[in-house]
Amino acid sequence: MRHIISLLIENEAGALSRVAGLFSARGYNIESLSVAPTEDASLSRMTLVTRGSEEIVEQITKQLNKLVDVVKLLDLTEGAHIEREMMLIKVQASDSSGRDEVKRLADIFRGNIIDVSNTSYVVELTGDSCKLDAFIRALGDTPILETVRCGSMGIPRGEKSLHV
Amino acid sequence: MELSGAEILVQFLKDEGVECVFGYPGGSVLHIYDELYKQEDIKHILVRHEQAAAHAADGYARTSGKAGVVLVTSGPGVTNAVTGIATAYMDSIPMVAITGQVPTAVIGSDAFQEVDTVGITRPCSKHNFLVKDVRELAVTLKKAFHLATTGRPGPVVVDIPKDVTDPNVKVPYSYPETVSMRSYNPKVRGNARQIRRAVELILSARRPVIYSGGGVILGRAASSLTELTRLLNIPITSTLMGLGGYPATDRQFLGMLGMHGTYEANMAMHECDVLIAVGARFDDRVTGKIEQFCPHAKIVHIDIDPASISKTVKVDVPIVGDVDSVLTEMLQFLRGTESSMNQAELQQWWELIDTWRATDCLAYDRDSELIKPQFVVEKLWEITGGGAFVSTDVGQHQMWAAQFYRFDNPSRFVTSGGLGTMGFGLPAAMGIQLANPESDVVCITGEGSIQMCIQELSTCFQYMLPLKIVNLNNRYLGMVRQWQEFFYGSRYSHSYMDALPDFVKLAESYGHVGVRIENPADVEDALRDAFALKERLVFLDFITDQTENVYPMIAAGKAHHEMEMSPKSVLI
Repeated sequence: MRHIISLLIENEAGALSRVAGLFSARGYNIESLSVAPTEDASLSRMTLVTRGSEEIVEQITKQLNKLVDVVKLLDLTEGAHIEREMMLIKVQASDSSGRDEVKRLADIFRGNIIDVSNTSYVVELTGDSCKLDAFIRALGDTPILETVRCGSMGIPRGEKSLHV
Repeated sequence: MELSGAEILVQFLKDEGVECVFGYPGGSVLHIYDELYKQEDIKHILVRHEQAAAHAADGYARTSGKAGVVLVTSGPGVTNAVTGIATAYMDSIPMVAITGQVPTAVIGSDAFQEVDTVGITRPCSKHNFLVKDVRELAVTLKKAFHLATTGRPGPVVVDIPKDVTDPNVKVPYSYPETVSMRSYNPKVRGNARQIRRAVELILSARRPVIYSGGGVILGRAASSLTELTRLLNIPITSTLMGLGGYPATDRQFLGMLGMHGTYEANMAMHECDVLIAVGARFDDRVTGKIEQFCPHAKIVHIDIDPASISKTVKVDVPIVGDVDSVLTEMLQFLRGTESSMNQAELQQWWELIDTWRATDCLAYDRDSELIKPQFVVEKLWEITGGGAFVSTDVGQHQMWAAQFYRFDNPSRFVTSGGLGTMGFGLPAAMGIQLANPESDVVCITGEGSIQMCIQELSTCFQYMLPLKIVNLNNRYLGMVRQWQEFFYGSRYSHSYMDALPDFVKLAESYGHVGVRIENPADVEDALRDAFALKERLVFLDFITDQTENVYPMIAAGKAHHEMEMSPKSVLI
């Protein structure tokens, strides 16, 4: 099963490689990982997407908690949560019908065109992984010049929150 | 007080109560060695190879109750020490490894003797630090000792670039008495409800068994474990790492369990209805085939490391906490409760165990004209009154040491259980002797393992460490040969030790006493004579039966009740 694990981790050199190293050393799957400092500069927030049986995910959370740099951990999959991923996608848009089509699709998917040239658009899109995948499928024959996606980020719904 | 980084390091070690450091100098630690030269409080032991520094600090830690301290230079100094650090990590041994690093300005430039120490040691240490600012040195060292010695212990590496120990850069120093880390708060006390549930489960058992591990030794829980076991009058078995946690000569002790465990211990595991795992981690050498592990049992597991719980075997009553604290609370519960175990059922359980014991699973040929390795260990146990500190290397001799030297006290058996590091025994014994100068220290080894750190005979001479080395010399890498005999059609691929040195002359050339023993009748006298030489290291080269195998044995992938028995055992 797919699990989204959120971590608060000391914002120190090497903290990321401790997490990445743990996954490779123990043979755990890592589907995506995103990390950046929080409003407290001494802490980074990391969102990890992994897959495994309940036993394996239990071990993953225990091993992560055991890392000295990990301050707090929450398996978002255990409760209601919101998940978002962001994509920047550059597509060919040279003739007017192609440009109209991409614009229409971007609107339908609530994306924004954030860069325009004579031959291309850059579309910014956020949503869960499925939505971003659906946009790529919807582009159909429109040539894709470049795709950039960040790893999933997640946050629990309601009162529950991950903080120190 | 304004001090340089090198002065801070040495002063900190004094303030921390460190008496002994195992190391080897080199370019990036020269400032530190210059400070060591100027003082006499800290004894520095100069090894002959950095791997030995880590193993010696490991042996010191296991038998002194304090963290072992290693000091090595950058690059090859570190890579050599890695085997010793990984060994300590697998066995959860408190250790602080201080490693030199190239100056911060050239880190990352492939400088002379540069290696990514923090990167290399990350997966084989509990934690590691790179100190980039001398003002952070003292508090980082304090964190290192705190991490190494609390919770589930382990080695911590502190990598110090040369400029951080510069004698010309002085900063204020005061000893940090305490340190707090928001991300590290190991749990000590077990959950009271879980403890009560465990006690109730144990009291309802008909065929209980205790399976104790290295956590009992590390957590200094031998006396509470012994008290609990005796109060309940139930059988107890131990892992390799847990030997000595309960007196091996006691009636309730079933011997070691696992791959080379006794028949009675493994059968008790297979037939028990309640298993009480204490400070043990369900290692593959213990469990055998995991699907058939303790098939009838409800399992209680006490461990300080939450990640050890349900890692390989799902448990019913997990208790996270310090083993001694949890056992003490269990004792309180037991004393306060009216209910007790069904004594008639327990009596039947003991009768069943006695039938298993009757197989005499450790039997060997006592009439052989060749020296049997088991006989040597048995005699060693007799002659030392069971009171010696024993280190081992890895292989057949290690298993015979575990089976035939009956440890009645904790921290007397020092062996590389997790990583299985050949070359561990001799340097570990040096550390033990330094921590216990008045005690008998024996290294049981084989002619294969001893050659992996043989250079330390030189260190032993320099510091006059009167070790007794019991070399069970069968001219084979015995455990490899045994597996090749059993599972590879006796094709002895590279398991034969051709061109062995003359160990007697070798010992003598290092300044020690060397003795070769070829006749079973001479074993006892040779051992007695060796221990009579109180001030000297004696290298006893026992020429043993080449074909002897370690029994009983559970082959890989087999369950506890599927043991290969010695031809000398009584079949039932």
